[in-house]
Amino acid sequence: MLNYIIRRILYAIPILIGVNLITFTLFFVVNTPDDMARMQLGIKRVTPEAIEKWKHERGYDKPLMFNDSEEGAAKFTRTIFFEKSAAMFAFDFGRADDGRDIAHEIKTRMLPSLAIALPVFLLGLVAYITFALVMAFFRATYVDFWGVVLCVALMSISSLFYIIGGQFLISKLWHLVPISGYGSGLDAGKFLVLPVIIGVISGAGASTRWYRTIFLEEMSKDYVRTARAKGLPESIVLFRHVLRNAMIPILTGAVVVIPLLFLGSLIAESFFGIPGLGSYTIDAINSQDFAVVRAMVFLGSLLYIIGLILTDISYTLVDPRIRLE
Amino acid sequence: MKALFKYLLAPLVALLSACGGNPWNNPYPAADAGKNILYSAFAERPKHLDPVQSYSSNEILLTAQIYEPPLQYHYLKRPYTLIPATTTKMPVAQYFDKNGTQLPDDVDAVQIAYTIYEISIRPGIRYQPHPAFAKNEQGQFLYHDLTAKDLAEIYKLSDFSRTGTRELTAEDYVFEIKRLAHPRLHSPIFGLMSDYIIGLKEYSATLKAAAGAQAGQQGKDGYLDLNSYPLEGAQVVDAHTYRIKIQGKYPQFMYWLAMPFFAPIPWEAERFYTQPGLAEKNITLDWYPVGTGPYMLTENDPNRVMILEKNPNFHGETYPSEGMPEDEQAGLLADAGKPLPFIDRVVFSRDKESIPRWNKFLQGYYDASGIGSDSFDQAVQLTGQGEATVTEAMKAQGIRLETAVATSTYYMGFNMLDPVVGGLSESARKLRQAISIAVDYEEYVSIFANGRGIPAQGPIAPGITGHRDGREGVNSVVYDWLHERPQRKPIAAARALLAEAGYPNGMDAKTGTPLVLYFDVTSRGADDKSSLDWMRKQFQKLNIQLVVRSTDYNRFQDKIRKGNAQIFEWGWNADYPDPENFLFLLNGAERKVDNDGQNAANYDNPEYNRLFEQMKNMEDSPKRQQIIDRMVEILRHDAPWLWGYHPKDYGLYHAWYGNVKSNKLSHNNIKYFRIDGSLREQKRREWNEPVLWPAVLGLLALVASLVPAIIAYRRREQGTGTRQASSVAQEAGAGNA
Repeated sequence: MLNYIIRRILYAIPILIGVNLITFTLFFVVNTPDDMARMQLGIKRVTPEAIEKWKHERGYDKPLMFNDSEEGAAKFTRTIFFEKSAAMFAFDFGRADDGRDIAHEIKTRMLPSLAIALPVFLLGLVAYITFALVMAFFRATYVDFWGVVLCVALMSISSLFYIIGGQFLISKLWHLVPISGYGSGLDAGKFLVLPVIIGVISGAGASTRWYRTIFLEEMSKDYVRTARAKGLPESIVLFRHVLRNAMIPILTGAVVVIPLLFLGSLIAESFFGIPGLGSYTIDAINSQDFAVVRAMVFLGSLLYIIGLILTDISYTLVDPRIRLE
Repeated sequence: MKALFKYLLAPLVALLSACGGNPWNNPYPAADAGKNILYSAFAERPKHLDPVQSYSSNEILLTAQIYEPPLQYHYLKRPYTLIPATTTKMPVAQYFDKNGTQLPDDVDAVQIAYTIYEISIRPGIRYQPHPAFAKNEQGQFLYHDLTAKDLAEIYKLSDFSRTGTRELTAEDYVFEIKRLAHPRLHSPIFGLMSDYIIGLKEYSATLKAAAGAQAGQQGKDGYLDLNSYPLEGAQVVDAHTYRIKIQGKYPQFMYWLAMPFFAPIPWEAERFYTQPGLAEKNITLDWYPVGTGPYMLTENDPNRVMILEKNPNFHGETYPSEGMPEDEQAGLLADAGKPLPFIDRVVFSRDKESIPRWNKFLQGYYDASGIGSDSFDQAVQLTGQGEATVTEAMKAQGIRLETAVATSTYYMGFNMLDPVVGGLSESARKLRQAISIAVDYEEYVSIFANGRGIPAQGPIAPGITGHRDGREGVNSVVYDWLHERPQRKPIAAARALLAEAGYPNGMDAKTGTPLVLYFDVTSRGADDKSSLDWMRKQFQKLNIQLVVRSTDYNRFQDKIRKGNAQIFEWGWNADYPDPENFLFLLNGAERKVDNDGQNAANYDNPEYNRLFEQMKNMEDSPKRQQIIDRMVEILRHDAPWLWGYHPKDYGLYHAWYGNVKSNKLSHNNIKYFRIDGSLREQKRREWNEPVLWPAVLGLLALVASLVPAIIAYRRREQGTGTRQASSVAQEAGAGNA
């Protein structure tokens, strides 16, 4: 298994370089270094000298990918792409365009993101699996039918609607929790209730249907018929046999997202005033801060790859037949 | 039922009791209830809090409360009037010829080689407590030689256990002027000021060389001791006096002295913040200001909250005793002579989205709010006389509306380099004039700005010297004066002008082809489609086809810089209340294409340019007004802009928010505001009582829905066991058979 993991980590390097290259290309197709400088320096009274100075200080005065004025390998290394990318592989994310240290920001903002994403993930997982099992248990009855209808309805509504509707009902009309904001320590609790509830509800439709499908597929297998034939109660069939055998597809979906929980949610964090990484990424895109965008995309890709490796490892834990070679 | 109460309702009741009546949706700590705190919101985090770099309004909102430039605007007087902030009196310009001989005040500007402003500051002003000033018993600075070990447990400025202070000196003001040229800082006004402050351009080169030389020893971010490098244009006379030497005559310089760019910075702060290791922890002068103003920044988390607290060392300033006649009636002079500031703490919370911001204002968690277009109808109604007032619902909450015309202008510009709409030829001029009549800005303001604006008659905004109201201020090219008010000329007049321009009925008389014009705009969402359609219709009145060229903001700016746009929209916010700050936008020397200046229309009229040069150096006088009138008349005739409109700012304030008078140029106003914390607390409780029944009902519904499910489950379990047992028996019997 160790060889497998090492091989997967080595595969990750070209993937990360590719992702970095695509991010770089897309970003600089839309923005030039001059645009970035103007965005940072403001609109009023910006001189060409100030723009040149800003670019020079941040290394944006070099060619993007190929430096014709250099010799040998320096033609590629003395470029914006190489200089900005190489440091990132050493986890040196550098500074945002406003001068703040990106690594420090990531460390600070990871916790608020996690404070929402982790409860949403855990509560959601329990709730969705429970509902899916109930629907599977009552399959082909009105409970199953209306359950599916409800799931389709939940899936069809935009997540923005849940946020605005939730804020309107729970905070504005019923005055139960603050509409937005964030606090430190235990004080954060009252701010997290609403985003967590909304996060769980907004994801319920798609996830519950997905798990229901997995359970139904599993329940049609021979071993389930055998278990029933043995006279086992349905609860034992469902929880001891079906649920356990359905773990592989559940893990596929669940474990892969665990590392990504750190990255937070782009929309929810903005609406709820949560100072997490999702909000950080949106701010960076709006202010054309390439350093932050690049760091967040890199981190996202890296965490996704880690998630995939963890998923593979988790297979071996739930299914002894699987060997990673 | 008892069990239900025990397990579901009892904790809720306990929670309610624990809150001590504090509203559940209160986003602030219960301990702050009723305190003298101002609550406000910010959407975008500030980029710079270093006064030499910060220029945006969201930054100045903070820096203006912390830093004190030598001058400030009178809070109540109109027109806007400069008064001393830290100076003993208003500085007086002294003029000199090239031989150094002092000239009389009324001398012709041409003879003036340089101007000296001698500024005397009041003794006894002290800085806010700050670790940069902290000293040990031997008088040595505690935190000027920090090691990595010292910084191990430091994460924010408040982690330094000791602070100190010292008296403000003239040297601190000179130090800040020198910082305008600092090679590692980006001052947006360096380019402008290096044209005026003598020696500043050369000083930049000196500092660059010095920074380069010391980079090897201290690293590129090391402390550069500006006090070791003299600057001719800014010199210390004594501990409380300094001189600024300006090239020629530049009367508008006094206004710059009221901006944070000229606020004092103590050398100790620069020395402290440039130590290795602090920038990595985001502890920089750009994020932790050091000032003498009424407030100091005690918490700086721009992702969540920024808190200003009263500076305990603030010098005694009192609320103004004079104002405008209407101020007395509005109760704005009730606090005359009382010491400032009134508010103890200001909490700026980050709320990026307008919906939560607006709802929190209605719940009493923000003390004031702007009005977005989506909440306009909820907040504002028009009286029979067309006057804006708050709706009944707002009135019931005690919310009041304050309106003020901003010192800004939104205009539509013609690129004067364009072969069709540009140039000073009679044909192009008449084409522009025809369009000026056709585009009905009264309608635009009514539809798209909810009436929040005044159609402009020229470039100068109301409230600025040089602006004329009433009949004498009317743009006679576009309006007639009828029934004591300006009336837009009929569309027939525009069509006649269009025909004279060579486009009868919108057709090019030479080629017989329809006239097609291009409107360059920044990319907009679906919401703006209606305004663009409206604009097309305005041109359609003249049978002109308007093609909208939408692009992203970067490309749009690029087009403007290169002169590739034909018609475009832009705006300007005044830096100071002088007509020069608007009229320079059309000065030929400021053309975007050749000079990368602020003249986006690339307008260049020699007579206008000459008058501008003459006007800009004059003190306010009837003669200056005459020149301004002539300049505005030239502009109206040439019509390089559709004058657009001056926006009107609408602000909503709760009943507990006092001493509010809109002041569009001064930003250090928080010190004048008052908050009635107990009234706010009472209203918050009244407006935010928790409504529990939906939650209880929801829980009951959930429990109720579980009961049949459980019953069905049990039945099924029993049924399955029986059915399966019998089916197994049957299968066994069949097998035997």
